[in-house]
Amino acid sequence: MQIFFEKRKNVSRKAIVLVPVVSFLVALLLGAILLLITGVNPIVTYQAMAQGAFGTVYGFSETLVVAIPLMLTGLGVTIAFRMRFWNIGAEGQLVFGGIAGAGVALFLADTIPEFLLLPSIILAGMIAGALWAGIPAVLKAYLGVDETLTSLMLNYVAILFASYLYYGAWRDPLGFGFPGTARFVEEAWLPRILGRAHYGLFFGLIAAIILWIVFNRTRWGFELKIIGENQTAARYLGIKIARNIVLALLLSGALSGLAGVSHVAGIFRRLQTGLAAGYGYTAIIIAWLAQLNPIAVIFVSILMGGLFVGGDQVQMMMGLPSAVGLVLQGLILFPMLAGTLFTEYKIKIVRPDKTPRVESEAAS
Amino acid sequence: MIPLLTSIFAITLRAGTSLVYATVGEIYTENSGILNLGVEGMMMMSAVTGFGAAYYSGSVWVGFLVAMLVGGLLGALHAFLSVTMRANQVVSGLSITLFGTGLASFLGQRLGPEANSFNLAGLTGPRLTAQPIAFVINIPVLGALFSQDILTYAAYFVVPLAWYYLYKTRNGLNLRAVGENPITAVAMGINVVKTRYLYTILGGILIGIGGAHLSLSYTPGWTENLTGGRGWIVIALVIFAMWNPARAVLGAILFGGINAIQFRLQAIGTTIPSSFLNMLPYLMTIIVLVVMTWWETLKKRIGAPAALGVPYMREDK
Repeated sequence: MQIFFEKRKNVSRKAIVLVPVVSFLVALLLGAILLLITGVNPIVTYQAMAQGAFGTVYGFSETLVVAIPLMLTGLGVTIAFRMRFWNIGAEGQLVFGGIAGAGVALFLADTIPEFLLLPSIILAGMIAGALWAGIPAVLKAYLGVDETLTSLMLNYVAILFASYLYYGAWRDPLGFGFPGTARFVEEAWLPRILGRAHYGLFFGLIAAIILWIVFNRTRWGFELKIIGENQTAARYLGIKIARNIVLALLLSGALSGLAGVSHVAGIFRRLQTGLAAGYGYTAIIIAWLAQLNPIAVIFVSILMGGLFVGGDQVQMMMGLPSAVGLVLQGLILFPMLAGTLFTEYKIKIVRPDKTPRVESEAAS
Repeated sequence: MIPLLTSIFAITLRAGTSLVYATVGEIYTENSGILNLGVEGMMMMSAVTGFGAAYYSGSVWVGFLVAMLVGGLLGALHAFLSVTMRANQVVSGLSITLFGTGLASFLGQRLGPEANSFNLAGLTGPRLTAQPIAFVINIPVLGALFSQDILTYAAYFVVPLAWYYLYKTRNGLNLRAVGENPITAVAMGINVVKTRYLYTILGGILIGIGGAHLSLSYTPGWTENLTGGRGWIVIALVIFAMWNPARAVLGAILFGGINAIQFRLQAIGTTIPSSFLNMLPYLMTIIVLVVMTWWETLKKRIGAPAALGVPYMREDK
């Protein structure tokens, strides 16, 4: 008897819902085992995490603070991944967006009319993020340079550039040595809704809805999908692949840039250390857990944000390492990744006498 | 001037050792067609477990063994997900990085002795000490080659061996065949699945040595975020080295050298911001990638294993 995997024509609908849910439960179980081994009561820990992240208004608002950049970068990454463009540079695009927004807020606040200041800051952040994503996109589209590595390398360049600015050139001379720029003028602050959670939440929700419509109801969304699934078919259909890669990546980077500029203008109100907190990497995981569905990205981001905040809470309340949240985030992924096999393949058990001679076929 | 150069070169080699081991490991993995972006998480996990094991056993070698085991296990996990379960390699690798850094931080705060409130950070454990070789150490500049620890000396042999194995042996040829074209490799009678498992695990073991070298020699002890992005540098170095173990040394020396020069410049109190100096390796990697791709299309010479990152599925042809 032999087991074979047959690629499904359509991704299994049942598996698409079931796999993430089962993955989450498996992650909780694996996490519980790990906690038990290290001498911690898992039930108490999970309760404290859930209570800390979702049980109070303050906790929930902090969860949203983390969920907003995760949502926006997650959506950005989703666009790129839909066309199988492995943009792992969301972190750098986020940072560059933050840098550009801070630049406008710090140096152009006097020249720009008050009511246009915040929109200009946000626009600058989006353009900067788009340009930063545009570099690997153009290199890939017109020269064929592998995008995984270029987008990754650019993260470091952006992060180091930001640290040069807040440690050096833009550092607040009155900041008592704190690595950060001066605080923005009040007109440059992104308004807050609840606790520290700011308008970035609306940007995320609106972007998710627009993207859902673009992906499912427009010709362009269809083109992106075809490019991702089959480039040869896309070429036959007359789809301009290079141009679409660049366009999609500009949009992808713009969303990550928006994440960065919203965080800078909404939370820090200055450019400072701590902007590159790994949101851009978690975004990749989120896009994947959400199965590249923009609406699902919203919920997954809030859940992941909750794990971050829940981890911080158990550190404060129980003295446990806050990395519990990170460990759980990682643990969700493994069953999830393994589960792809069930969404994309059908399992077939073949009796020995009917075993297809795959090896020789492959060789021919 | 000469003593200064010698000391810079010595620090370069010390800083470069962990990079060399991890890079050679990743080169082997990538040559089998598996892209492993989990290096950062694997180095972090092996650094923390290696230090913990050395601390409790009192032996650095137990530390290294445990680190190799942990690296190998994480390599096996990546192989299982990307080969057997056909998961996306980019996402699988990133998950290992995310999970590994999280778990390492968690373990670093749980595995320590109760007296240190379960922290591993702040403890002093056994470390690998430098073993200067008499006489040759006095050679100007090159003497730095002989003031290192045993693992650095071992690297002088590991790298040529890794190069020889990859390019001059039957096994090395088979390995590269699997990375270039798995279908043809099957026709040659090579077991693609087994090869990919083997070299992803081997890569993990070498990455484990690299990670443990940090916590047991270069910066002895465990601190949060000990690797400081070195795992990502390794991935850049693999490209920089164009998947050739011999060239990995040049890359490791370049990256290690930038570290070393920076120490010196900071001591002198230079005006060049260290951020820009630190950017150089990443920018150079991008430039190397662009030039290589351009050169490839020009000469049709393939540097990267052609099937790198492409899952091997005998079912869909």
